[in-house]
Formats: sequence, C-alpha cells, structure tokens
Amino acid sequence: MSTLEVDNVSLSFGGVNALNAVSVTVEAGGITALIGPNGAGKTSLFNAVSGFYRPQAGRVLFEGRDISALRCPQRAALGIGRTFQNIALFRGMTVLDNVKLGAHVRTRTGLFSALWYLGRARREETQIREQIEREVFDFLEIDHIRRHPVAALPYGLQKRVELARALAMRPRLLLLDEPVAGMNREEKEDMARFILDVKEQWGVTILMVEHDMGMVMDISDQVYVLNFGQVIASGRPETVQANPEVIEAYLGTDDMTTLRRRLRGESEAA
Amino acid sequence: MRIGSPKETYAADEALFRTRTQWAWFGVLLAALAGFPFVANLYWLYLVCLVSINVIAVTGLNVLTGYTGQVSLGQAAFMGVGAYTVAWLENHTGSPFPVNLLAGSVVATGVGLIAGLPSLRVKGLYLAIATIAASFILLFIFKNWESVTNGTRGIGIEPPSAFGVALENPDTFYWLVVPVTVVMLLLASNLFRTRIGRAFIAIRDRDISASVLGIDLPRYKLMSFGISAFYAGMAGGLYAYFFGSINPESFPLLMSIFLLAAVIVGGMGSMLGSILGGIFMTLVPELLRYGIDFLGLFMENASAVLSPVRTVVFGLLIVGFLLFEPLGLAEIWRRIRRFFHLWPFRT
Amino acid sequence: MDWLFLFEVSLAGLGRGGLYALTGVAFVLIYKATRVINLAIGEMLMVGAYLFIGFGAGMALPLWLAVILALLGGALLGFVLERTAIRPLLGENPISVFMVTIGLSSVLVGLVEIIWTANPRSLPDLLPRDPIFIGDAFVAPKTFWSFVIAAGVIAVFLLLFRFWRGGVALRATASDQGAAYAMGINVPAVYSLAWALAGLLAAGAGILLGAISGASSSMGVFGLTVLVVVIVGGLDSVLGALLAGVLIGWVESVAGVYLGGEYEQLFTFSILLVVLLVRPWGLFGTREIERL
Ligand SMILES: Nc1ncnc2c1ncn2[C@@H]1O[C@H](COP(=O)(O)OP(=O)(O)OP(=O)(O)O)[C@@H](O)[C@H]1O
Ligand SMILES: [Mg+2]
Repeated sequence: MSTLEVDNVSLSFGGVNALNAVSVTVEAGGITALIGPNGAGKTSLFNAVSGFYRPQAGRVLFEGRDISALRCPQRAALGIGRTFQNIALFRGMTVLDNVKLGAHVRTRTGLFSALWYLGRARREETQIREQIEREVFDFLEIDHIRRHPVAALPYGLQKRVELARALAMRPRLLLLDEPVAGMNREEKEDMARFILDVKEQWGVTILMVEHDMGMVMDISDQVYVLNFGQVIASGRPETVQANPEVIEAYLGTDDMTTLRRRLRGESEAA
Repeated sequence: MRIGSPKETYAADEALFRTRTQWAWFGVLLAALAGFPFVANLYWLYLVCLVSINVIAVTGLNVLTGYTGQVSLGQAAFMGVGAYTVAWLENHTGSPFPVNLLAGSVVATGVGLIAGLPSLRVKGLYLAIATIAASFILLFIFKNWESVTNGTRGIGIEPPSAFGVALENPDTFYWLVVPVTVVMLLLASNLFRTRIGRAFIAIRDRDISASVLGIDLPRYKLMSFGISAFYAGMAGGLYAYFFGSINPESFPLLMSIFLLAAVIVGGMGSMLGSILGGIFMTLVPELLRYGIDFLGLFMENASAVLSPVRTVVFGLLIVGFLLFEPLGLAEIWRRIRRFFHLWPFRT
Repeated sequence: MDWLFLFEVSLAGLGRGGLYALTGVAFVLIYKATRVINLAIGEMLMVGAYLFIGFGAGMALPLWLAVILALLGGALLGFVLERTAIRPLLGENPISVFMVTIGLSSVLVGLVEIIWTANPRSLPDLLPRDPIFIGDAFVAPKTFWSFVIAAGVIAVFLLLFRFWRGGVALRATASDQGAAYAMGINVPAVYSLAWALAGLLAAGAGILLGAISGASSSMGVFGLTVLVVVIVGGLDSVLGALLAGVLIGWVESVAGVYLGGEYEQLFTFSILLVVLLVRPWGLFGTREIERL
C-alpha cells in the first residue's frame, strides 16, 4: 500500500488554478521528488496534503485512509511531518523548544498536570527530552546549539532545526519543501546525507520539493513533474530527466540559463 | 554538554531552577517575603498587597497576550467577574473565602472562554477589539444586573477570616495574597516547561505553521483565554476582599489598558516580566504622588494634575517601551544580570 | 408606534452617523496607506475640539480662524504622531503598533486634562440655531448642520482622493506599496500625508461633535464606536466606513431613545461581535488569505 495518495486534487484561488486534477502516489519507504518551475503548484500540493488548503475536488489518502475531511492538527497526529519553504520556525523559542514542539502530537500532558509539573508532565517532558537528545540532536549534529534562540542562527542551521522539529514528531511521512534551497555546497551535501539517513535508518517515507536537480537525481526513487498545476511527467529520475516535455516546461519559463544549469544539476550557489 | 547519566541529568536540566545558586536565591526571596511583614509598616504592606493582586492579573494577561499573542483589553472586566462572584457568594452563602475565591476564578474562566470565542474566527487586532466589546458588555452587566451587582451603588464585602483572625488590614491580608501570588506564579512558570506552554508560544510566533505541526489552534487559544481569565478572576476576588467594596467603576477599560501596559513594560512572554511590570506599574502612581506632593510646595493645586499626569505617564511608558525596549524591564534586568552574573532565575 | 417620532429619531441618528462616517474615513485613510489600526483616532478628534476651544474661546480669535487653526493643529498632530511614534515601528509586528496607538491615546487624554482640566466644556457657538424641519419632522439644528458639513467634507475629500496628485499617490500606495515605490512615489511622504489628512479630518469631526454635545476628556470613547464602524464596514473600505457609520449612528439613536441611553453601546458592540463572528473582514473589506 502506498503511504500517500493524492487523488485527482484540484485547487484554485480565484482565477488561478494552482492544482488541476493532480494525482500523485508516494510509495512507502522511498523518496519521491516533486519538481516543476516556480508557481507550478508544488507548495500548494503540500498544503493540500497538510490540510492547510482545502481542495475543491479530489481526495487525499494517507496509508489507505481518506483524510480529506481532517483538519491540520489531526493530519499531523497521524504522522504527517513537514518543513516549510520559507523557514517557519518559532522565533521566540530556543532550538530545543522548537524541536520539542515537534513532539507535541506524541504527548498527552493535560493542563492540570502541566500547571503542577507533576506526574505525566514531568514524565513526558523528561522522556521527550531524552529522545530528542538521543535521536534527533545527535543525528543532526545540532546538540551544541540547543539553548540558542533560533532567530539568531544562520540560515543553513535554521533549515536543519526545521528538519529536527519535523523528526521529533517521529513522522511516518515527511514533506520537505525545498530542503536545500539557498544552501552552499557543503550544507547541501550534509542535508542530502541526513535525508537519506532518515529514509534508511528511520524508515520514513519522504515527499520532497526541490529545485536542485543534482540532488533530486541523486537521492530520489521517483519523480513527479508539475507544471501549471498539472502533472506532466512521472517516473524514475533518469527517465524524467530525459523527457522532452519536462525540458520544455523548464525552458518555457523566463530565466533560461539558471534553469538550464539547474537541469544539469549544477549548484546555484556555486 | 555531554552528560554521564542522561536520565537524571536531563530531568535536572529541565528543572525550573537549574542550579543550586538559583535554588538558594529562590529561598532567600521566600525568606524575605516571609520576614517583610515584621519589619515593614502598614503603608508598605498595603503596597505589597496591591502589587501582588496586580501581579496575578498581569501574569494571566501575559499568558494570553505575551505568550500566546492574543491581545486582550478585557482583563479588568474579567477581574470584575471574579470580584462580583466573590462578593455575591460572601454576602449570600457565607461560604468560606477559599471557596469563594476559587469560584470567582472559575466563573471568570467561563466568561473568559466565551469572550475568547471570537479568537476562533479573528486574530490580532480584530481580537483586541472584540475584547473591548466584551469588556463593555460586562461593564454594562455590572451596572444593570441590579439584583446581583447592586448597580452603580456597588457592594460591600466583609473581610475574609482565617483561624479566627479577620484579614482586614494589609498586615494580615499579606499572608493570604502573597502566598497565593507565589503559587500562581509558579504554576504559570511550570506551564511553560511543558507542551502546553510551547503550544501557546508557537501560536504567538506563527499560528498557521503551528497548526500544520499538530497544534489544535481553537483548543489552545481558548485554553489560554481560560487561564488568563482564571488569573483575572483570582485577582479580582482578592481585590474585592482587599478593598471591601466594589462597583462598576472599579474595573474600567482604563484598568485593562493599565494591565496591558504592565505586561509591555515588564516584558511580554516573560514571567519575570509579569512580576517586574506589576511592581513597576503599581509603584509609578505612588512615585508620581510623591513627585506631585513635592511640586505642591511650589505650585498651587498641583494635586489636581496628579491623575492626568499619571495618564500621560502610563501612555508614555507604553509607547517608550515599545519603541525603545520592546522586551521590557525583563530584558533590562537580564542585561544587568549578565553584567553582574548574579541573579538566579532563568528567563 | 409614533412614526413621526421614529422618523425624527432616525434623522438624529443619521446626523450622528455622519460624524461616525467622517471619523471613519480618517481611520480608513490611515489604515489604507500605512496598515496601522489607529486606536487613538478618538483622541485625535478630542484634541481637535479642544484646540478649537483654545483658539476660539481661550484666545478669542474669530471663529472661522479658530476652525482653520484647529484643523491645521489636528493635521500637525497626525503628522507628528506618525513621525515620532509610528514611523520607527515600520515593518514591526502590527500588534506593537496597535499598542503604541493605545499608549498615544492615553498620552493625549492626559495632556488635554492637564491643559484644560477634566471638566466638560462647551464650545463657542459655531452652527446656526434656527430650528430645521424636514416635512413635519423636527431636526436639531446642530445635528442637521453637522451632518451637512460632514457630508460636504467627505464629498470634497472623495474628489481629492480621486483627482488630486496626492490622492492618487495615496491610492497607489494603498493598493501596492512595492509598485508605488517603483513608480517613484515617495512612500514615506505618503505616510505623513495620510496621517496629516486623517488628523485634519478627525479634528473637523471633533469640532462638530463638540459643537453638538460639548467637549470632555472622555470624548475619545467616540473613537471606540468609530472602530466598530470601520470593522463593520471593512477596514480598508471608504464606502464601508460611510455606510456603516450612518447605519451605526442610526441604530444607536434608536436604541438610545427606545431602550435608554446605556443601551447604545451595548448595541454597537453586540453588532461588532456578530460581524466579527460572521464576517470578520467586514461588509466591504478585502478578505486576506494567509499563505504558508
Ligand atoms: N494563498 C494563495 N492565494 C492565492 N494564490 C495562491 C495562494 N497560494 C498559492 N497561490 C498561487 O498558486 C500558484 C502555485 O503556487 P505554489 O506556491 O504552489 O507554487 P510552487 O510550485 O511552490 O512555486 P515555487 O517554486 O516558487 O515555490 C501560484 O500561481 C500562486 O500564486
Ligand atoms: Mg513552493
């Protein structure tokens, strides 16, 4: 059974058709990449999966279950984790608290216990702290900044904290929106390694939006190409890369040289 | 920070006071609070009682506005709900004062939850305005529900008594209000060590991504409103007992602005800020009174300008802090502390 | 039911609504240009009334001159407030800016009380006093004339907004700040202009309101009702402010006369709560869609 099935989803804002009968299947245990020119509707698709946008038509199935009617928090509670294209960390909190927040859906502490910090509150807080230290901080190599306010961190680290926050939830499906955008080569390589590790060690299914073609070709098992809200191609990375329609879609956009470079997989930062 | 035995040390790392020094300072503070009544005169005790009541209300408002990002201009009206509930119970049922205070807080919580309903639809400024509306409606009820509130004439309340002693004057009332304040501050601080507090802050910082990450916004926003109103209700109940009479004028919109000012001046999203803001804003009028008394030596009817000067100063404090020190006194304190490396509290 | 009486009450309500609409337009002007929710609008209005008292009664200037000076004073106040307290917070959290305006309103009230004391004042007689009849219905002359003047000012203002260069710059900035910059519009100057004009309009409304019911340091509460007006109408809609102003003026008058004065605000704020729950962006406002 596939982990995520987006079934004929259509979404429009006023006149703009952000998604037009889009169907995407994300197989369990793999990395599926979603690519396409700017404004193709990739983030909108993520938002439809997260529950932030309500599609006008179509269904979203998670592990076989129709979740179209569920609200965002309920979907998160099922195990859909996410990072955001424009970093959406909670700027007033430390790294540790941001990551702990990711574990929110796994904990149950109620108000009364929280106020007195007794019983469940104490138990759960200690427990998630340990888990985060052990599973997330060590893994992503951010234990040295746990007490830093996130707002002061450099961009690359912020992206990593976002990943940490998503992992703290122990997701079953992880949506990554442009995880390496704006990073330098070294940071990109680190991030690619983390993503592969998440897939292999944690067994998390990943759906990833990425403009960096090199990275997409390297790590993904399956690629979907979106253009003007429609899926124009899908398949193994090699096949998709060679698909003339895909090249056309990219060439059709304004900034040809950068896109050509992207297609060839050269790093933008380089 | 690699630590040998993770289980114990992470728990210690999560503690409210993380070092022995911090515990020691907390002890010193408690001891000072316990010893204060034996050395201070009635005037100072009166001030401490007033500060305490305000600190409770400010703490509640800080939970809602400073930590959860929901601006409220209804805190004074919720205090009124607590105060009227206590007054009614005291005069009609004769139930013991702890029961009355709790009941007042609970009723205020209920009203706060209702007043918080617009937060499910609107946020930010719209919400602030909705709370102004709620505040007006509550004041209307205080004025016009004669059978319960006695209208504009107000109600008198007998002082509470414990162990046969009437807590009538600041020297006795102190023993009620200060411990309650300390407990309520500790409870609020605890809250922000847990998932609930984090959810509040996440809503303040970025509500929609909080929701995508699994925070149920309606639930936590209302919870925050409820907590805030609970604190207001407690403060209002204590206010009623402390002053012995209340009327609709006791809880005007201006007082809500005063409490909001205290949150801003003290430091939004900081418990230390609630304390400092409560102290500072309570003492400012007193200082102004001294200043004006002093002016009175040179100026005829200087006392007439006391109230407007206070109004101006409150306004200037709000504007000044927002412009120049948006993190409030708590941040100034932190800077001083960093300088001396002394103070026990984590922020 | 006494229909004539209801008609008279309604006319009085429209008169009051005219002032709401005028102040509402001032509010919307600031909001459209700078996205600031100005809670001090009522206090700016109050300062206008007191300036008029100061120039007209205190300094005994001719009334027409006192009006002009008070209006200019209001404009200057708007300009100064923007430059000193609002501009530095440009781009900050709108809630901080909102709270700054709460602080400003407190400062203005205090200053007025220090200068003119907290006691209510009456304004020098400004409006004609001959009784006015519309059909059989009597309208208080002050109400009638203030409505006429408010309507006139709003009309002039709308024309300016449409045709004058500054008005066009204002509208351009309101609809797309980035584009306005790119077109060479001096956006900071537009901010100043918006606040100065709003200060002027508010001062005008203050003089009219003072002429009807006297001035007091609590007359800024009028601003709270104006806030309701603009929310009901839609924060960024001039048309909304006009219609909602008249509507709420009417509802208040009717409620006040038939149920008692204390019910006026109860009605206003109940309307507000209903609108917030049902249609938070107001009758004519733009609905903002959040992005993630
Ligand atoms: N909330 C919204 N309101 C109006 N239009 C929207 C909204 N969200 C997205 N759109 C529109 O939908 C289309 C798809 O946007 P989307 O953000 O999904 O693109 P994308 O593929 O993620 O692009 P990018 O690579 O630039 O991130 C765009 O035309 C965008 O303007
Ligand atoms: Mg995108």
